[in-house]
Amino acid sequence: MTDWLSRHVPKIVLAPTFFAVLLFVYGFIAWTAWVSFTRSKLMPRYDIDGLIQYDRLFSNPRWDTALNNLFVFGALFIVISMVLGLLLAIFLDQKIRIEGALRTIYLYPMALSMIVTGTAWKWILNPGLGIQAMVQGWGFPNFKFDWLINPKMALYTIVLAAIWQASGFVMALFLAGLRSVDGEIIKAAQVDGIPTWRVYTAIIIPSMAPIFLSAFIVLAHLAIKSFDLVIALTGGGPGYATDLPATYMYAMAFSRGDLGQAASSAMIMMGVVFAIVVPYLYSELRAKHD
Amino acid sequence: MKHMTAFAALSAATLTATVAMAEPQAEVLHWWTSGGEAKAVAVLQKQFSDRGGVWTDMPVAGGGGDAAMSALRARVLSGNAPTAVQLKGPAIQEWYDEGVLADISDVAEAQHWDDVLPAQIAEHMKCDGHWCAAPVNVHRVNWVWANKSILEANGIEMPTTWEEFNAAADKLKAAGITPLAHGGQAWQDATIFETVVLGIGGPDFYQKALVDLDPDALTSDTMKSVFDEMRKLRGYVDDNFSGRDWNLATAMVMNGEAAFQIMGDWAKGEFLAAGKEPGVDFVCAPTPGDAGFLYNVDSFAMFKVDGKDKQDGQKLLAELIVGPSFQETFNLNKGSIPVRTDVSLDKFDDCAKKSAADMKADGAAGSLLPSMAHGMALHGAQSGAIMDVVTAHFNSDMSSDDAVKMLADAVANSM
Repeated sequence: MTDWLSRHVPKIVLAPTFFAVLLFVYGFIAWTAWVSFTRSKLMPRYDIDGLIQYDRLFSNPRWDTALNNLFVFGALFIVISMVLGLLLAIFLDQKIRIEGALRTIYLYPMALSMIVTGTAWKWILNPGLGIQAMVQGWGFPNFKFDWLINPKMALYTIVLAAIWQASGFVMALFLAGLRSVDGEIIKAAQVDGIPTWRVYTAIIIPSMAPIFLSAFIVLAHLAIKSFDLVIALTGGGPGYATDLPATYMYAMAFSRGDLGQAASSAMIMMGVVFAIVVPYLYSELRAKHD
Repeated sequence: MKHMTAFAALSAATLTATVAMAEPQAEVLHWWTSGGEAKAVAVLQKQFSDRGGVWTDMPVAGGGGDAAMSALRARVLSGNAPTAVQLKGPAIQEWYDEGVLADISDVAEAQHWDDVLPAQIAEHMKCDGHWCAAPVNVHRVNWVWANKSILEANGIEMPTTWEEFNAAADKLKAAGITPLAHGGQAWQDATIFETVVLGIGGPDFYQKALVDLDPDALTSDTMKSVFDEMRKLRGYVDDNFSGRDWNLATAMVMNGEAAFQIMGDWAKGEFLAAGKEPGVDFVCAPTPGDAGFLYNVDSFAMFKVDGKDKQDGQKLLAELIVGPSFQETFNLNKGSIPVRTDVSLDKFDDCAKKSAADMKADGAAGSLLPSMAHGMALHGAQSGAIMDVVTAHFNSDMSSDDAVKMLADAVANSM
């Protein structure tokens, strides 16, 4: 009896969550996929009608903009956050006196909600209130910094705010990674008279590969789900210049009563996520077999 | 034992309450939660309870009704629709197509709605020939609001054509005044756009282009000149307009930072709330053009509900909403005009009187037209597609030719 219990209790305990996840995650993914093949408007309908929603999606210039923005924003955000985070971590790793305080200061932006970050940066970047007005007030009337209202540059204001928010967190990740590198190897390298920058580039950073991967995964999913930052900072504007797939999907589902369109854009977003997560899972699982 | 008695008394009280429950019931879903709006709803609520009804308020704040529509969807999907819901334009018919709207024709016929409502507006309240919604008010969308002292100081008359508007704006710009107060949000860009379509193309063109979505009209030279004018208007807006809320733009006109604003008559509410008087501090005029009245009508659609008390509540609600006394008090609070043409306008201001007179005249002339930007003319997906193009053009250096082509593509894609 106790044998039977000890074998089956874990299964019994896990069963409810297992079924909940099966239904509320995978069930609803399947449901969304189904809806994306229908002509659903205000309410879901279930008559399959081929790829009509995907056709509409990819002939819509606004979706093109949204998808392009995601790749530009994602690439810049991930690369710059990682580089900046790594540099900050290396600087902080130099056994300086007020490291604790500095670490808190750099990490602090992560404690703010994206909405707060977005709203604050909206004021800072507003040409009539923020940096532009301030510098002009200092006596440089020709100074211009109007990215926020310039459709070609507005996307980069989102990159700016997102980096400000996330790079401290990346720094914390890397700092932990740096501290975990075996001190013996570093000492051995120093004894051999190898310059510090070579120690970092040839020994420490390569040994931190798993941390890079984790940081990349975290940043990539932050980029794909970015929604609140755009809403607070630019509202998707000027025009729809800073639209991202998430804001596109929201507009279709909740403002325009175009559920089929929203579902198809959600499926594409999921495809993008899978493209990142599947290789990651693959490498994780393979590592276990070795 | 003492507890038992109290419990018995309590259940007896509940029982009597249940017996008396035959009174009309209404659960009303709306998103009028800001100051003037909430006051306006309270008027209806009071009239409803004065007639013995039980009102359950279901306000859902935020997002211009997006949040309320999500709540509605959830309620309808779970088979428990509210009694009445704030809905407007083709969205009423969209919900009717889902098979969830009720028939209130008996109230409408008993109250002779057909005789007192403008025919075009009445049409929005009907589903397949029977009445399914009750209109509350009429907002006119094609208004220009102007700061009177700025106009006088610069010797400018209220413009009646877009050429005159451009001339006036150039003069103001030269004098260092922002000619046009505007907020760079898609719906505000679209509000200006539709008044330009009406002003340059005339009512027939408006009907063809933005209501019937006729491809020839959408790609016509007239539409190109509409986009040319939009490009000019873009030049009259200050640099800081992106993402600004409409009421902040109204405040710019009020404070003398800008001369004009093109906005529906809800802007009047801002002027009045700041103690300004029409004709003294600010001027209202229809947007440039010969004729036409773009309306935005708020209404309550009645959903299918079970139980006689709820159906009675629905009928009472419909009767009160279109009743003359509610129409007067509500619209005085909301800044709009009564949808009934037989309500006395003595208590209304001059802009409202002008609006009501024009509604009658344009109704007779066939130039009473639904607003595209405010969801009266088209389904959400279609007006959304047009608004995307308008805002993309307004916020870039796209040529009018490209804009016209993009417009036709977007409309075809939204079907």
